[in-house]
Amino acid sequence: MKIIKHTLAAAALLVAAVSTTASAAEAGIALDRAPVDRFTDLQALQRGAKMFVNYCLNCHGAQSMRYNRLKDIGLTDQQIKDNLLFTADKVGELMTISLTRKDGKEWFGAAPPDLSVIARARASGAGSGADWLYTYLRTFYRDSSRETGWNNLAFANVGMPHVLYELQGEQVAKFAKEKDPHDPSKTIEKFVGFEQTKPGRMSKLEYDSAIADLVGFLVWMSEPVAAQRKQLGIAVLIFLGVFMLPCAWMLNRAYWKDIH
Amino acid sequence: MAAGKKEPVVVTGLGALDKPASGLLTWVDQRFPLMENWKTHLSEYYAPKNFNFWYFFGSLAMLVLVIQIVTGIFLVMHYKPDAAKAFESVEYIMREVPWGWLVRYMHSTGASMFFVVIYLHMFRGLIYGSYRKPRELIWVFGVMIFLCLMGEAFFGYLLPWGQMSYWGAQVIVNLASAIPVIGPDLAIWVRGDFVVGDATLNRFFSFHVIALPLVLLGLVAAHILALHEVGSNNPDGIDIKENKDPKTGIPVDGIPFHPYYTVHDIFGVVVFLMVFSAIVFFAPEMGGYFLEYNNFIPADPLKTPAHIAPVWYFTPYYSILRAMVWNFFWIDAKVWGVVAMGASTVIFFFLPWLDRSPVRSIRYRPTLHIYIYATFVVAFLILGYLGTLPPSPVGELVSQICTVIYFAFFLGMPWWSRWGQFKPVPARLTM
Repeated sequence: MKIIKHTLAAAALLVAAVSTTASAAEAGIALDRAPVDRFTDLQALQRGAKMFVNYCLNCHGAQSMRYNRLKDIGLTDQQIKDNLLFTADKVGELMTISLTRKDGKEWFGAAPPDLSVIARARASGAGSGADWLYTYLRTFYRDSSRETGWNNLAFANVGMPHVLYELQGEQVAKFAKEKDPHDPSKTIEKFVGFEQTKPGRMSKLEYDSAIADLVGFLVWMSEPVAAQRKQLGIAVLIFLGVFMLPCAWMLNRAYWKDIH
Repeated sequence: MAAGKKEPVVVTGLGALDKPASGLLTWVDQRFPLMENWKTHLSEYYAPKNFNFWYFFGSLAMLVLVIQIVTGIFLVMHYKPDAAKAFESVEYIMREVPWGWLVRYMHSTGASMFFVVIYLHMFRGLIYGSYRKPRELIWVFGVMIFLCLMGEAFFGYLLPWGQMSYWGAQVIVNLASAIPVIGPDLAIWVRGDFVVGDATLNRFFSFHVIALPLVLLGLVAAHILALHEVGSNNPDGIDIKENKDPKTGIPVDGIPFHPYYTVHDIFGVVVFLMVFSAIVFFAPEMGGYFLEYNNFIPADPLKTPAHIAPVWYFTPYYSILRAMVWNFFWIDAKVWGVVAMGASTVIFFFLPWLDRSPVRSIRYRPTLHIYIYATFVVAFLILGYLGTLPPSPVGELVSQICTVIYFAFFLGMPWWSRWGQFKPVPARLTM
């Protein structure tokens, strides 16, 4: 035991030393936490779906996703057809768009990515994919040096303009000059806050909530089976733990009672 | 045919088989050594009776192999090995194929769990000296299985055609180009193209689902045949065959594998399945370690990810590759990296001949040896951890130190394995 303790302590020290230098090297802003209760709230998911087809599903596709999968979040075929079907004719079709990757690249500098699994792709050590999206969609700011007139705090020099500006309004980012802690001869620009320059249709609170709904929908869409998966998982673990485990234990004991 | 009849049926013209057949089993046995094999490998295979926790992982490795083969068969029914369709076909499996998500998560979790189980299985061999004479060939076959498995994992990882699939394959195939003179042409030959592309995907698919599984199955059979030829080692590292019952000729400390270890292993299987299911159903990405986040971005040959990290089971060797930064003897550091990485896996083959300890099991070795094993394990784990991180100056230094420890453990073994005061080995097993 003593040996194990010693080696573990030495290992922990080493790992701590390495990971602090590693995390210091990782750039980027701290991500805001997306409210996770929206991921499973059907009403929030429906609001998110509406926002998604209205604002995203034009430049971005979700080509692994069928419209009628939205029945999983409590909608009927008719509701989908009446309210959400902009880019297709039938509810059984995939959420594809007519913008080609080539055109997208020409217009925005980079083809807008497909959003089917974007919430899974954007996860990192800094936070979940939802956290990143929640931060990204709320930190667009006016930047006249960019071709689109917009820049983003979570995704510097992003090609996407602020599609939701009529909801959020316009803001500018304020930066303070600061000495680089690693190199005193240099200065770095540190973000200190936003200033609202034009009001949007929504208050800050309403906008944050709407983005939370949208992010919740993107999370749901990235793995529509997630809720069913967890439900089944509980049943499987109960079966294994409550039935199989005692059976296997008793079977083993019954045979091994003679072995000494 | 003759199963229900009491009167013996006389079979003629079959030479040695010309015996009365009184049942289906006899009928089969006269044509195929069914009972003989059942006895040799199960009901009359005598295993030491003191197997502990560490002895579950051999049978668990077989279980994971079966899981991988069965789920793999179903995945191949729906997957499209085509650079234009591969990524979406995986999402198609996840969303539209009934239970496809379960099959896919079982396969992706199984890949990682295979390495968890195999690493623990190898560690067992290491601490109890299971590779020592007369079990050298079991170990050699085992290392071949390990290398084959690494190939299987590497080829399979390209198939989802995500960014990590693509750039991971690009980085590793490019290692071939480090070889002087023939390197660059060799890399093109392996890829079938100037960059990883459709041709690469198709040949990797072929290797993953046909070539390597065939080799793997053959090696597993050889591994088990060799084991059953010489008999299992045990936590005491004693030969149970040296102490046989004079009348029956059965080792007194041995018990038949079936039913004793079959029921034992069933218990292990249930516990393992609980861990496996917990991952499959509640954390299939395992925090980005089993399914890397970047791999949910479709492969893009024009966009190199900022940080390319292999899956966790390759990271110790990846760290060793990155640790080599010096151009020794005017040969490029990259070449030395490839050599070191190759050596770090191939060196396992030589273990039976590097270990000169008078006893097999760690139980009867000096305390000093336990410290040496512990240092090796910690160095291995740190190398693994560092391999997941982007390169950094401190990380580079630590990985170099750990690389030295890693190789010193093996290359110094002929000497350190004889140091210290060994404890007396008992004549019979301790339970």
